[in-house]
This record gives sequence, structure tokens and C-alpha cells, in this order.
Amino acid sequence: MNEQTEPKEQKKMRPIWYFVGLVLLTIGVLVLLTGIYMLAFGIKSPTALAGLHPNIWWGAIMVVAGAVFFFKNR
Amino acid sequence: MQAIGLTFVDWLIIAIYFGFVLGIGFYLRGYTKTEEDFFLAGRKNSAWVAGLAFLSANLGALELLGMTGNTYKYGVYVAHFYWIGAIPAMLFLGIYMMPFYYSSRIKSIPGYLKLRFDEKTRVLNGVSFGVMTLLVSGINLYAMALVLHTFLGWNWDASMLASAVTVALYVTMSGLMSAIFTEIIQFFLIWFGLFLVSILGIIDIGGVNEVFSRIPEAFSKLWSTSGDPTQNGMMVTWGGIVLGLGFVLSFGYWTTDFLVVQRALSAKDLRSARMTPILVSFFKMAVPFIVIMGGLIALALARDPGTGFALLQDGGKINYDSALPMLIARYYPPGLVGLGVTALLAGFMAGQAGNISAFNTVWTYDIYHSVFNKKASPQNLLWMGRAATLAGIVLSVGTAYWAKSFPSIMDYMQAIFSWVNAPLFATMLLGMFVKWITPNGAFWGLIAGMGSSFTMFLAVKFSWIDPRFITMSSVQSDMAANFWRAWWAWLVCFGVTIVISLFTKKKPDEELVGLVKGLTPETLGQPVPLLRRPGFWAVLSLIILVALNIWFW
Repeated sequence: MNEQTEPKEQKKMRPIWYFVGLVLLTIGVLVLLTGIYMLAFGIKSPTALAGLHPNIWWGAIMVVAGAVFFFKNR
Repeated sequence: MQAIGLTFVDWLIIAIYFGFVLGIGFYLRGYTKTEEDFFLAGRKNSAWVAGLAFLSANLGALELLGMTGNTYKYGVYVAHFYWIGAIPAMLFLGIYMMPFYYSSRIKSIPGYLKLRFDEKTRVLNGVSFGVMTLLVSGINLYAMALVLHTFLGWNWDASMLASAVTVALYVTMSGLMSAIFTEIIQFFLIWFGLFLVSILGIIDIGGVNEVFSRIPEAFSKLWSTSGDPTQNGMMVTWGGIVLGLGFVLSFGYWTTDFLVVQRALSAKDLRSARMTPILVSFFKMAVPFIVIMGGLIALALARDPGTGFALLQDGGKINYDSALPMLIARYYPPGLVGLGVTALLAGFMAGQAGNISAFNTVWTYDIYHSVFNKKASPQNLLWMGRAATLAGIVLSVGTAYWAKSFPSIMDYMQAIFSWVNAPLFATMLLGMFVKWITPNGAFWGLIAGMGSSFTMFLAVKFSWIDPRFITMSSVQSDMAANFWRAWWAWLVCFGVTIVISLFTKKKPDEELVGLVKGLTPETLGQPVPLLRRPGFWAVLSLIILVALNIWFW
């Protein structure tokens, strides 16, 4: 069979960990930015322990975890 | 009654999740060419991928909300569902049963029954599993709509249809593959979305010891209140826990329910398939750190009027399922609320997708191919799998409306499991480990086991008999009745199968090679390092299980 007539090989499927990274990274960035925005503009949440700004540090943890999954499996 | 308010960013996170799962289904469609791709995800998953999907298929939001609520009601006793009620069965599946399932190249559990026994046993189990799956799928759908309606104020019909259409689209496009992908994403979203509740709760109350000091002492005990059923809220003795939950219901679910076993069968080789449930056992033991801790935190807060924390009430009755959403409302600021709600939604949708992908496989292979079209081509089977997915979703929506008319959905879910899974475990156990068990013995044993469980359920429900005959206890609870009914159904199936097998024709030994222990050569294969051996990890898991039980004795 001529090389040019060979069917084009299917692109390799991305591993699931790539998608896990993408989801965690996207949502983590949104959570982190929301926390930073609230802190910067002095917007107080009525929730308990709001002074700990959990959306900042938890969002940051998600960003780091998501980035590791995403970039290691890109 | 709206417990949780959502901001724009919360809605955005929820919308991103919906877009994401649909996008994954579309992306994977290009890689779903054959029936094996669609029904068994191409049998190329690692133990980690198969394992996390195996766990997530069981970790629906119904379970997360229900078990957190149950902990509020019964305390640490609920951890029995995660420890003795899961781990021994998972390890047994990995060590003893998986070699028979995986090596026989079956596509479903009824497929094993066909090889080991005969066609009629396969069809009986295929039909009963199909009905059970649709019922559970509909109940999941109903529960999700109920939660969204109650806690977020969403329209009941619209939220149910939105999730049903989303699941239908991505499972139809790429079958088990997309179900597994979304289940793994769900696993991470649940941990990231809900574990923070426990962390913030512990900080709020002042430490783990402080949480335990604020709840009744009996609520922190796992076994020491099991001798007297009046001392634990579930009113179940250690006998019911060990025989009903730990043995029959747990082994029946984790070793024979195709919904979970299908994930392990998608593994790339036998070692990965065996490692699947063993690896997962460690994560399963950790789930109480979300649900049990969440329930205890909610209880500790509710007992202190100064915190202002209380569960929702429906018609004057406490809604225990509101414990987790109320903790989210208490601790999560904007952004995190969207993440928490997405975690719950992901749990519901992954549970729904799990049921539907198991249903389409059993329908296609064990009913359509086995009864209606024995000469179906692989392409025809692939088409039927997609059609069964859509039909299954439509039937689930119908079941969801039907479930809406019942007063207690958890009661019916447990009842359904005790009708189908409990007797099937006796059939599987005898079929795999006793070579002289006959096809007629298995078939009639299964009929007797399922029939007896259903009859006992009706007899107690309509007060034909005193429930004490079933639970062997002076105090009653639905949970105790479920555990003990499962035990008796298993025993009936076990006994009838043996007795009928003694008088009916057995299959020749040569037809049972690879299916029954004793007739199957032990495949030792290449020696592997200790850390790669399923047995090593199973022993480690067992040690941790024993330690946890002693710690919370």
C-alpha cells in the first residue's frame, strides 16, 4: 500500500488525568479569584469563619493540584 | 425553603461543570468505535482509573447526603457501612472472585451465570438486574431533583430533566468510557468540594476531641453499643451488622452488582482488575472523614444553641438529609458554594450514568442478544447499546415520578438490594467454589431466595407476621429488618441451591474450567515485587480496617 493512501492514524486519546487537571484548574482559578476580589474590595461574607478567607487558600490548593495533573499529562 | 443562596460565580462554576461533561462525551465519541469500547471502555484502564470509577459509581450524592444525615441521627455507628460493610467484600472480590470474572472474558455478571450454569439463570438475573437498575436510577434522579428543589429552590421538573438529558447525551455518545471519565472527575470534585466542610467544622468547634466531647457518648461508639439494640439508634445488634450488613448485603453488592464490577472488568489486565477493588478499599475507608465527620459536626453545632445552627424541618419533622447542605451554607462563601453544589450534582449524575451504563450492557448482551437476536452483529449491538441508553433514561424519568409517590425512598432502595443482590451472592459463591452445583439448583435457588426476600418484605409491611421473627430482637427498625431479611434470603437461596443440586444433573467438569475453583489452574505468571502484589495490599487494608474498628470500639 502506498504511504499516501494509508488511513490517517487516529490521534492518541488524552488521559483522564488531563481532564481532571483541567476541571480543578478552571474551578480553582474561579474560586481563588472570587476570594481575592472579596478581600481586595472588603466584601464580607456572612458565613462562619469568613475571616479565614477559605476561598483563597482552598482555591489556591485546587489550582496547584489542577496544574500538576494538567501539565504532567498535557 | 431555600437554604443556600447562589451568586453569579457559583452559577458559572455549575455551568462549567455541565459544559465539561458534555464536552468529554463529545470528545470520547471519536474513540468509541467498537462494542467493546462502548460497553467495557476498550478494556484498557489502569487499576487507578478503574478503581476510582469503581468507588465513584457507588458514591452518589444520595449516599453523601443520606449518610451524613444518618450520622447526625445515629452517630459513628454509621461507619459500619464503610468499614465492615464494604472492605472485606472488596478484598474478597479482588483476591478470590476477580480471577474468574476477568479470565472468563465475560461482558457482564449474567454472562458469567450463562457460562457457569445456563441460559435461563442468565436471563433471570439479567431481567431482575435490569429492573433493579432502572428503579435505583429513577430514585437517584428523583433524589437529585428533590435536593435541588429543597435546598436551592430550583424547579423540580426542570432540574430532573436537565440532568437526565445531560447523562443521556454523554452516555449515548461514548458509553462506559464517558461514564468512567465523569465518575473520576466526580471523585475529585467530591473531595475538593466537600472535605473542606469537615476541616472548617473542626476549626470552628475547636478540634476533633472537642467535636466528640459535644455529642452523646454512645454516638462515638462503633461496637460497644451493639450488644443491646436499645443502646444504638439503628436498633441493630452485632449479629445483624455482621451477618446482614457485613456478610450478605455487603458481599452481595460489592461482588455481584454489575454496576461496580463492570468498572473492574474495564481494567487492562488481570492484575489491574484484581488491584481495582483492593486499591479502592483504602479510599472507601477514608470516606467517613467527609460523611461521618460532617454528621458529627452538624450534631455538635445543633446541640449548642449559641451557634444558631439547625437542620431544616419538613412539616415539623427534622430533615436529616439537610445536614450537609446546611454545613455548606454555614461555611462556604461565594465560589466555594458553587463548588459544593457542583460536587453534589456531580455525585448524582455520575451515579445515574453508572446505573444507565450497567443497564445498557445487561440489556444488550443478556436480554436482547441472548433472547431476541442471537445473530446480532457487533455494529448492531453497538447501536442497541446506544438505543438502550436513551430508553433507560426515559424509563428512569418515569421511575423517578413513581418514586415521588413513596413516603420513604431509602427504605425501598434497601429493599430492592435485598431482593436481588443478597440471594445472587449465594448463587455466585456456590457457583465459583463448589463444582457440583447444577444449573437447575442455581436457577431454583435464585427464584427461592428472591421470592422469600420479597415475601418477607410484604409480610412485614402489611403486618402478616411479627417482625421479631425476622430480626430476632425485641426492638424494631427498618434497618434491622433490611439486614436480617437479606441474611434469610441468602440462607434460603444457599440451602435450596444445594438441595436441588444434589438431585439434578451437573455440568461436565471440562465445561467448568476457568469458572470454578479447583478446576482452574492457578496462573502464577511472572514473579512480581511485593509492592505490586494484590495480596500484600489486601493484608495492609485489612490491618487498617481492624485498627479503625478497635480505635472506635
